[in-house]
Amino acid sequence: MSDPSELNANRREVIAGGGAYSAAPTRVEAPVLTQVSFVVNGTSRTLELDTRTTLLDALREHLHLTGTKKGCDHGQCGACTIIVDGRRINSCLTLAVMHQGSAVTTIEGLGTPDNLHPMQAAFIRHDGYQCGYCTPGQICSGVAALAEIRAGIPSHVTADLTTPVELSEAEIRERMSGNICRCGAYSNIIEALTEVAESQG
Amino acid sequence: MKSFTYERADTPVEAAAAVARTPGAKFIAGGTNLLDLMKLQIETPTHLVDVNGLKLDTIEPTPDGGLRIGALVRNTDLAADERVRRDYGVLSRALLAGASGQLRNRATTAGNLLQRTRCPYFYDTAQPCNKRRPGSGCAALDGVSRQLGIVGVSDACIATNPSDMAVAMCVLDATVETVRPDGITRTIPIAEFHRLPGDTPHVETALKAGELITAVTLPPPLGGRHIYRKVRDRASYAFALVSVAAVIHEDGTGRVALGGVAHKPWRIETAEAELPRGSKPVTEQLLSGARPTRDNAFKIPLVERTLGAVISEARS
Repeated sequence: MSDPSELNANRREVIAGGGAYSAAPTRVEAPVLTQVSFVVNGTSRTLELDTRTTLLDALREHLHLTGTKKGCDHGQCGACTIIVDGRRINSCLTLAVMHQGSAVTTIEGLGTPDNLHPMQAAFIRHDGYQCGYCTPGQICSGVAALAEIRAGIPSHVTADLTTPVELSEAEIRERMSGNICRCGAYSNIIEALTEVAESQG
Repeated sequence: MKSFTYERADTPVEAAAAVARTPGAKFIAGGTNLLDLMKLQIETPTHLVDVNGLKLDTIEPTPDGGLRIGALVRNTDLAADERVRRDYGVLSRALLAGASGQLRNRATTAGNLLQRTRCPYFYDTAQPCNKRRPGSGCAALDGVSRQLGIVGVSDACIATNPSDMAVAMCVLDATVETVRPDGITRTIPIAEFHRLPGDTPHVETALKAGELITAVTLPPPLGGRHIYRKVRDRASYAFALVSVAAVIHEDGTGRVALGGVAHKPWRIETAEAELPRGSKPVTEQLLSGARPTRDNAFKIPLVERTLGAVISEARS
């Protein structure tokens, strides 16, 4: 797909390619389109995407699920955290085409304004945010982090690898280190997670 | 990001063949490091071969009592495996000291071995870097080098290998299993898997073109106390300034490898004979011939003290 003549495949590519040509005299690679299907918040979705599209951009730009946020776009801040096949991941560091058949849960799939997920309600109750930009990632990460503790997955601060993991503030802090909050709402976020964890028994 | 074509491979040999026959092709598994570098156009593959469907995601016992870890076992699953936690604790600890929960859920065993350095000059495409652009020079030599290497360095490169997992695998004498495009398999001792920079720092591993890692095998358990101690600028989610992986027995003998100091996990077996005599003689042997910069000379006493803390913990 490196032949520039392939830019006339459709109108969008001609426009995109033409713009790029006028901006830079170097050879422009045509986008490669691939179809991918996955389930997002319980609904099957099929998309025709440039192979370069991250799962984050597929959700935000193609499915218009803008609850998931783009922060650093390099896996350092955690704002893009979503749950894929039961596991929290950075949606900015994975390609959409790699998720054929996956089950994706975003903040929009956890709860709604009328029917909040317990973690969403706890964040409100404990004021677990200020500006709110990192919050969808914090909540998705928090839900999955508590599931990891329940599943017995150890962490860096787990004292004994051969006994069951015990819930503690230190465990929650360590497990949430991949989610940065510039407003510094960490102590309230810990309170929200602790409340949800304790209510789950 | 540069445009690329994409395919999913069904078998390891097909994947290896696909990469070998396509110039500019790369494997992609977790993608957590590769995509980061592709966004910066430090990596510019023209074709990606997705290996996630290869079913190399199990941990199986070996006939001699060891473990065979599939290349696609995620870092979270390897760290949480009951056998690894019980018999190879240093490996669990090293994995859990690295990255974040989100990244460990995607990152694979093979991908962790193949991750690139986090040297800031490798990442800054406006700077010369012999690893990124061979022959362009090394901006780190006269640059900010606090995080960078002190042993095994060259005039071409002072980058460090960022993996925690690999340091533990080195102390455990793991072997890397691979398959080539012609179907031929081989095993590479972990100590020979990563290379020193020399004058070709862009060649980082012993892998040949199209060669695919299929598994990492651990020998039978060693017993002893398994400790991984990582010193970093913050308590979580940061790369090591210095790390120590150790297996130490009741009589004080054992094994030790260092992270954060070299282009590969740093282990010198003759230095281990000094372990019963404490960290100073071990460190002297491990770091003999060290060439630190003004910025990272602190790593020499830091290694000695970190190893001292590990030996104390093993005796406690």
